[in-house]
Amino acid sequence: MSIPNYSGLEPLRIFHGANFVNIGERTNVTGSAAFRKLIKNGNYDEAVNVARQQVENGAQVLDVNMDEGLIDGVQAMTKFLNLIAAEPDIARVPVMVDSSKFSVIEAGLKCLQGKGIANSISLKEGEAEFLRQAKIIRRLGAATVVMCFDEQGQADNFERRIQIAQRVYDLLIKKAGFPPHDIIIDPNILTVATGMSEHDRYAIDYIEAVRWIKQNLPGALVSGGVSNVSFSFRGNEPVREAIHTAFLYHAIQAGMDMGIVNAGQIGVYDDIPKDLLEHVEDVLLARRPDATERMVTFAEQFKGAPSAEVIAQQAAWREGTVEERLKHALVHGVTEFIEADTEEARMKYHEPVLVIEGPLMAGMTVVGDLFGAGKMFLPQVVKSARVMKRAVAYLEPFLEEKKTAQQVLGTQREGAKKVLLATVKGDVHDIGKNIVGVILACNGWQVIDLGVMVQSATILQAAREMKVDIIGLSGLITPSLDEMVHVAKEMEREGFETPLLIGGATTSRVHTAVRIAPHYSKPVVHVIDASRSVPVVSNLFSDNERERFESELRDEYAKVRTQYEGHQREKEYVPLAEARQKKFAIDWTTEPPVAPKSTGVFTYRNYPLEKLVPYIDWTPFFMAWELAGKYPAILTDSVVGAEATRLHHDALRMLDRIVKEQWLQANGVAAIWPANTVGDDDIELYADVSRSKLLGRFQTMRQQSKKAPGVPYIALADFIAPKGTPDFVGGFAVTTGHGVDERVKRFEEKHDDYSAILLKALADRLAEAFAEKLHQEVRMELWGYADHEHLTNEQLIKEEYDGIRPAPGYPACPDHTEKPELFRLLEAEKHTGISLTESLAMYPTAAVSGLYFAHPRSKYFGVGRVAKDQILDLARRKGQEAVWMERWLSSNLGYEP
Amino acid sequence: MKTLEQLAQERILILDGAMGTMIQRLGLTEEDFHPKGMEEHPILLKGNNELLSLSRPEAIRLIHEQYLEAGADIVETNTFSATSIAQGEHQCEPLVREMNVRSAQLAKEACAKYTALDPSRPRFVAGAIGPMNKTASLSPDVNDPGYRAVTFDELVKAYAEQVDALLDGGVDLLLVETIFDTLNAKAAFYAIEEVFEKRGTRVPLMCSVTITDASGRTLSGQTIDAFLISMAHVQLFSMGLNCALGAAQMRPYLEVIAEQATCRTSVYPNAGLPDQMGEYRESPEVTAKLVGEFMANGWVNVVGVGCYTTLGATPAWN
Repeated sequence: MSIPNYSGLEPLRIFHGANFVNIGERTNVTGSAAFRKLIKNGNYDEAVNVARQQVENGAQVLDVNMDEGLIDGVQAMTKFLNLIAAEPDIARVPVMVDSSKFSVIEAGLKCLQGKGIANSISLKEGEAEFLRQAKIIRRLGAATVVMCFDEQGQADNFERRIQIAQRVYDLLIKKAGFPPHDIIIDPNILTVATGMSEHDRYAIDYIEAVRWIKQNLPGALVSGGVSNVSFSFRGNEPVREAIHTAFLYHAIQAGMDMGIVNAGQIGVYDDIPKDLLEHVEDVLLARRPDATERMVTFAEQFKGAPSAEVIAQQAAWREGTVEERLKHALVHGVTEFIEADTEEARMKYHEPVLVIEGPLMAGMTVVGDLFGAGKMFLPQVVKSARVMKRAVAYLEPFLEEKKTAQQVLGTQREGAKKVLLATVKGDVHDIGKNIVGVILACNGWQVIDLGVMVQSATILQAAREMKVDIIGLSGLITPSLDEMVHVAKEMEREGFETPLLIGGATTSRVHTAVRIAPHYSKPVVHVIDASRSVPVVSNLFSDNERERFESELRDEYAKVRTQYEGHQREKEYVPLAEARQKKFAIDWTTEPPVAPKSTGVFTYRNYPLEKLVPYIDWTPFFMAWELAGKYPAILTDSVVGAEATRLHHDALRMLDRIVKEQWLQANGVAAIWPANTVGDDDIELYADVSRSKLLGRFQTMRQQSKKAPGVPYIALADFIAPKGTPDFVGGFAVTTGHGVDERVKRFEEKHDDYSAILLKALADRLAEAFAEKLHQEVRMELWGYADHEHLTNEQLIKEEYDGIRPAPGYPACPDHTEKPELFRLLEAEKHTGISLTESLAMYPTAAVSGLYFAHPRSKYFGVGRVAKDQILDLARRKGQEAVWMERWLSSNLGYEP
Repeated sequence: MKTLEQLAQERILILDGAMGTMIQRLGLTEEDFHPKGMEEHPILLKGNNELLSLSRPEAIRLIHEQYLEAGADIVETNTFSATSIAQGEHQCEPLVREMNVRSAQLAKEACAKYTALDPSRPRFVAGAIGPMNKTASLSPDVNDPGYRAVTFDELVKAYAEQVDALLDGGVDLLLVETIFDTLNAKAAFYAIEEVFEKRGTRVPLMCSVTITDASGRTLSGQTIDAFLISMAHVQLFSMGLNCALGAAQMRPYLEVIAEQATCRTSVYPNAGLPDQMGEYRESPEVTAKLVGEFMANGWVNVVGVGCYTTLGATPAWN
């Protein structure tokens, strides 16, 4: 048996010329943050799975290391090895018991029925101790790794390496009874390119030592921990991978037999770009004195966005001061150690408040600066906020007065400015508002969040009582715009002086300048997205900038108003009667309506969520997180790609749980009714095909702004045939929002805004996916005009199908007041549990409703602004006052009411 | 007089057969198992064969003599379960040392008698070391796979006590046998090395593993190749197979051992696998024929008789 061999339940033989032996390193608490966490939390079941994955992924030997200050190494090593011994698919490979403590190595080897490897021993404490340890290892039937380390210290040059290698080889063979092939020498892989010239030969000396050992110490093997070599380039993964790959290439050629390697960090030697390889080999092989300088400069171009996971996995940052560690955790969104580190800081600072105001706020300032500079993206900032909240929650019980974490972050911190945020009355959408809250909190603001559907009186009262410095209003649906105007008027009336911020999907700079700002004499600022909120508020409260900012704002909005009014005057509207004459004409004899296979109301309760997942349109999901780009190209975008990929990954993981654990309930209702257009713009719905009993009526709006000759003025009613030609219209309402609030509450209790926002954004996507899926079922089954349709999700997103599903409140049907009629006809509240707020927003928010038009000529369009004659006509048709109609359609008025 | 080593170089050595079956034939009663002073033992002792070395020493010596008469070169001491852990079951831990010393002496006396009869053919005593009733690699609790009924260190302590007593009793070699958990065997050899170091002497070591079924693995799950690698650190006189399988089923594994082990090879088969009625059906003649074939192939250096293959088979190999 002269060949080296090891065993688990099965043998591992290392024949001459065999491939490099890959030692799995994920079951190592010093190398894997994830594994360390599992062991510290006593989650051994999952830890065993890590071992299983390693073996499944091809690890030929399993390196197990439990060296961590807070872990009882002997106990953890014994427990873990006994557990994996019971798993035949893991226990089949040999184990490398890895520890700097010999007691742990000894305990580990005593659990192995196979022949394992001790990693490692050395002459550090002298020959006697070395031989004592070697004898025990030998008696326990294991091979051993020996570090090139002696009484004088670590061997860091070629001569010392081979001198120690020779010495340990002789000692083990002559005095400890080792066969040569059970001796595995580790001649120290040390970090190159540190900038110190004495480190220049570290790599080449290792490689030469390997060659010398293989030539001069017959039978001995050589190993090493590879990732050390590139430590100077941590954070620059492409360069590290190239260094590892080139280093291994040369070391294996020299005879290196095995190594502890992160397989994910090894590439193919021939695939390394030639110029990069030249720089890397100049460093590794010490080919020129300026190799390091050139490499460092050259490496810059490979630096991507900082890779949070990679950095988090590296143990190095754990060695900094507690302030540095807190900062690191905040910047990289690492929650893993935050409680231990916060505790350490608490002990150091004595006062918990000082920890918040000191190192924690300092860390968040860095986050805010990086975000402001475009070096961090929104999802990362929200993760940072999660770390901050956990830290504050940890300190909470130690605070003298009883304050909640929210209060500490929010209302009661001395000195910090306060911002009040609210989604206005009648509106329930809050993803954007929550993000703004998180961002401002990250930047040292105290955030008072009043939630959704907040009456203006409540906003004003809270603002007065808490002496807030700024008020931010949010809303998504168009009626909210009017409510914002109302709040502005009330603030003026009550003599408020706080600046007012306006945000939300339907808000705009123009609307803010034209409709809101004129009603309030203090600054009113439209904030286009969350990332803009920080510079806006800091300008508003900067002694130097405030005056300039406010005057620029006034000038800008005045200009916007002038342009708007000029535009309005230029804009011509044709009279409603003329628009009706020039309607979108369909020849119903040559292009007759398609009769549906069935009519009536169809309900879908508890629709399977997994069927919706393939219909998700991801691009708007990234928009919600302020990452710009189209899916899937966004995942490889040079700027946001890395962050988008991480976010997408987190989203998919949560989506998996949403589906598997039934977090949400999907309810839907669809209907197809016999219908005809009457009086140009109205669609009448009938109880059955006899069209004798009227069920209801949709009142559609018609384009009126003047067009080129021959271009029609469209209304949705144009897509339905007039009385005399049997036609049909459909309607639907879907939601995937039941269950969101409960989950979000749980996340928020755990100070996990990131997951809360992620869930809301995903629920919204699922609702849209449900609408898409249901529309497809209607086309293919219920209406059945497209039963041969085979479209990819991309084609669905591009709407490459016949028929449309316009929603009230959107451009083809800007009139929200159509929604109650649709809901009544569908009995939507009964069938789906969706209710309408006073502003006719749907609740739960993850909901979509609309009408179905099946005619192949039907298409999406925007009604745009309309003239007063149409508003008056519409009010008359609906039996309402003109002012009522004007309020609901304030965004679509082509005139000053 | 020739040493064991010299003898082994000259020819195939014969190991004695099963002690247990021979004892069964004696038709002993409960009283026979109670040594002097232990008449009032709180639990029944019948079946605790190691006690017979103390209570019926002449019977044990006679069994050894029968095997020696039949031509055995090596006889095993009656100490298969003479460890504090195995004897714990019978509440006989305090007797462990005496059992081992006395068993070794009985075998030694029998060998001395036969060596004297023919000095050209010296006989040797192997101290028999069994696998224990508790195992370090397997959890007895299916719901707690990390649990172990015994630790490595506890095994080492128990084995060391046995080994020291066997050497005091004068055994010529040590046989760690019927290994079904490699970790227990590693503990046994660890203990042996410790005792050797303490006493400053060594004796030859034999190792015999049990393949439990046709899967070709030990009870603790190792393949025979992996087992050999696990034992490679032990300097052995012989490595082999015993028990559980009959000669026919042992054949492929014996071939692996013969090919891969750097020491001599031993084999002592059962009379086949037990049939549906629990009886061993391979006749002594069949066993003898198969073992004869192993010998002819040059696969074995030491042959013996396992459980339930009794005296009748032995003379056929001479």
